[in-house]
Amino acid sequence: MTDLITPQVAHADDGHHQEEHHGATGILKWMTSTDHKVIGLSYTVTSVVMLIIGGLFAEIIRAQLASPNGTIVSLAQYNELFTMHGSVMIYLFAGPFAFGGLANIIVPMQIGAPDMAFPRLNALSYWLYLMGSLTMLMGFFTAGGAANFGWVAYAPLSNSINTPGAGADLWIGGLLLTGFSAIFTGVNLTATIFYLRAPGMTMFRMPIFTWNMLVTAILILLAFPVLTAGLIMLYCDRHFGTHIYSVAGGGVPVLWQHIFWFWGHPEVYILALPFFGIATEIIAVFSKKPVFGYKSMVFATLTIGALSLGVWAHHMFTTGVVLLPFFSIMSLLIAVPTGIKIFNWIGTMWRGELWFSTAMLMALGFLFTFLIGGLTGVYLASPPLDFFTHDTYFVVAHFHSIVMALVLAGMGGLYYWGPKFTGYMLNEKFGKIQFWFLFIGTQVFTFPQYLLGLDGMPRRIPIYPHSPQWKSLNDWSTFGAILVGVSMIVFVVNVGYSWKRYPAGDNPWDAQTLEWFTTSPPPHHNFYRLPQIRSERPTWDYNHPEHRSLAHGAGGTGTHHEPPLANAIVGMLEHDQDHDA
Amino acid sequence: MRRFVALPLAALALSGCTVPSFGAHQGATTESSSVYHLWQGFSIGAVVIGGFVVVLFVYAIIRFRRKSDNIPRQAQYHLPAEVLYTVVPILVVFGLFAATLVVENKEVADPKTNVTVDVNAFQWGWKFTYPGTETVVIGQTTQDPTMEIPVNTNIHINLTSTDVIHGFYVKAFNFSRYALPGVLNQFTLDAVKTGNFYGQCTQLCGLYHSLMFFNVKVVTMSQYSAWLAKTANPAAFAAAAKTTKQQTSTQVPTKPASSHGAN
Repeated sequence: MTDLITPQVAHADDGHHQEEHHGATGILKWMTSTDHKVIGLSYTVTSVVMLIIGGLFAEIIRAQLASPNGTIVSLAQYNELFTMHGSVMIYLFAGPFAFGGLANIIVPMQIGAPDMAFPRLNALSYWLYLMGSLTMLMGFFTAGGAANFGWVAYAPLSNSINTPGAGADLWIGGLLLTGFSAIFTGVNLTATIFYLRAPGMTMFRMPIFTWNMLVTAILILLAFPVLTAGLIMLYCDRHFGTHIYSVAGGGVPVLWQHIFWFWGHPEVYILALPFFGIATEIIAVFSKKPVFGYKSMVFATLTIGALSLGVWAHHMFTTGVVLLPFFSIMSLLIAVPTGIKIFNWIGTMWRGELWFSTAMLMALGFLFTFLIGGLTGVYLASPPLDFFTHDTYFVVAHFHSIVMALVLAGMGGLYYWGPKFTGYMLNEKFGKIQFWFLFIGTQVFTFPQYLLGLDGMPRRIPIYPHSPQWKSLNDWSTFGAILVGVSMIVFVVNVGYSWKRYPAGDNPWDAQTLEWFTTSPPPHHNFYRLPQIRSERPTWDYNHPEHRSLAHGAGGTGTHHEPPLANAIVGMLEHDQDHDA
Repeated sequence: MRRFVALPLAALALSGCTVPSFGAHQGATTESSSVYHLWQGFSIGAVVIGGFVVVLFVYAIIRFRRKSDNIPRQAQYHLPAEVLYTVVPILVVFGLFAATLVVENKEVADPKTNVTVDVNAFQWGWKFTYPGTETVVIGQTTQDPTMEIPVNTNIHINLTSTDVIHGFYVKAFNFSRYALPGVLNQFTLDAVKTGNFYGQCTQLCGLYHSLMFFNVKVVTMSQYSAWLAKTANPAAFAAAAKTTKQQTSTQVPTKPASSHGAN
């Protein structure tokens, strides 16, 4: 098939040469770059460094808990450590890794765009993120130490009387900066996806990863400004004498929780959806099949996004001041679209030819770990069961199952897309060793925590002098955390070992989506030419014209039939999009 | 339809005596026992659904591992299957929700009570005041105060906090509730076993959060009355009320300047 189109993006290459004529080289070139791939790579490297820093905090925490009266750190230091562990992992690793790193690099390429819609804003996002991260971590170098009120900073513990000191202010400042960075990236991704799609790339031909990033970006735009406002009010309470969150001045401490979780629960999906997208792409490519139930996958993502805005108070069941049944049913309902995704992933594997590369193993590890975290999450949506387990290690175990699943998917993303944006493959042997350490370590460190939670161990305690029977389970958990730590060392060794060792070629995985049509690494503005885009996997269609996706009930030929119901639902949207194109 | 699915599940949740515990425990109150049965119901659902998914998943991994470089059939949709795994989870969710409502309504019910305990949490300890008597129990960090309550009686708890948010949690009650500054949280519990039960603050409240222990001692009604008579101490009762006030007033930043000074 020779239906290639050579769109205007080929000419953009001239622009690339003009832009490069500034003469900047080396570090200055990097600092002034507005190329989404350079910025995305900076994001990726910075966020992996944050993962390692947050991981080190976790190892110290686990070492402390290996004994009922641990003395490795003081009570005060422990509070700083778990606060900064959570803050670094959630604010500085998981989000930026996904929507600043991989999405930044991959989304424009998946939709055939030369760059993000606002390249300079994109650069600003990165520098805000880096400065915000450094600001937050600088707390450790102040006299009072880093922030120590937990990553949720509940009022009134976070006011200036209970938590004086610059560490808390640096935490607020750092979070404001990274929050703005996220908002700008959200603006950028939304604009890019709506306005810079290549001819033929209709909304329902976008890969699932791009779809998920669109929903993520919209959630960012809805949720992050609320957090920003809440943080500014917190800062005013601390320094300008307002009483927004203090009872004494007529304020309401629980207001902080409402504001925080109104951001915080969409944030859970802002973190998770990109990784769902990564796993979806990987599972399809390494099963040699299209994404099963592509359209229900998109609707599931949209449903998760919508429901996630109405469930924030399930973090507040034990406050006694929220309407329990409403938030309970909304939270339980999220299990439905999530279940659809899980069945679609299995459907994608069904009757495929599964290739267990490191990326695929990571995605499958994600699926299993996420299943466990998802099932235990259903318990927490039920208020009586939440009263029972709230603030115990059961909750800690639940969300670590989820976030470790995301880490697995993220690592899969690096193994899968790394060759595209660096031009070199990672070593598969090291990769598989890393996978088994990471996967087994994750289960070994979370499972005992479920049991500890059911046995009543509260979170955020450095010592448990009254309950020495918790030691053995804690030891298992610590052992698992060490395995996870080893997996990170293997990863770093692998990056060093594989450095410029295995040239990747344009499409080493026989992958399906548009980013695999260009060179590895891609040229400055991504594409010299594009294939015809007639489905969500143009590269596959180009390489295997005789193996296009089949609808249910269709024969073995290449004719593309839509199922009538799904077709009716999306028909209108598709129709409009085709006209635009 | 909802009722149809909900009722068997609720019945199962409320009567699961021979069902495995799934790591939880029956507890020492009527409420904790309901929560335990709800836990069992949810766990059965989780095991059945999770088990089904794991079986499919493992089967796919073994059965469909790569055997050749052939390109498999590029099937993308199977509408009946997709509808099935959308509709069945919705029904399951409404079943779980119905069972949740049954237990939740029991837990938040406010039946008539004879015994009231005012529980006040502060950094870092607990104060148990028995209104209508002259008994007060206060204990900080390592003192582990004991709240004594009679068995087989509805106990009304008024939970408050003097400073930051604390978590009132007793493992044997399968229950926790925040102690919030400026909010009066109320709940009822009905212990069905005598004995000593251990409690701890679960919500991060500052430096000595990990040492905010307390005990709940469930005794017979006559022992409880004797204990009240023995521990009645008007002077301590009055002093305790005063301390609370002082603690509150030190929490109030009288002038904006004071919060600057704290930094």
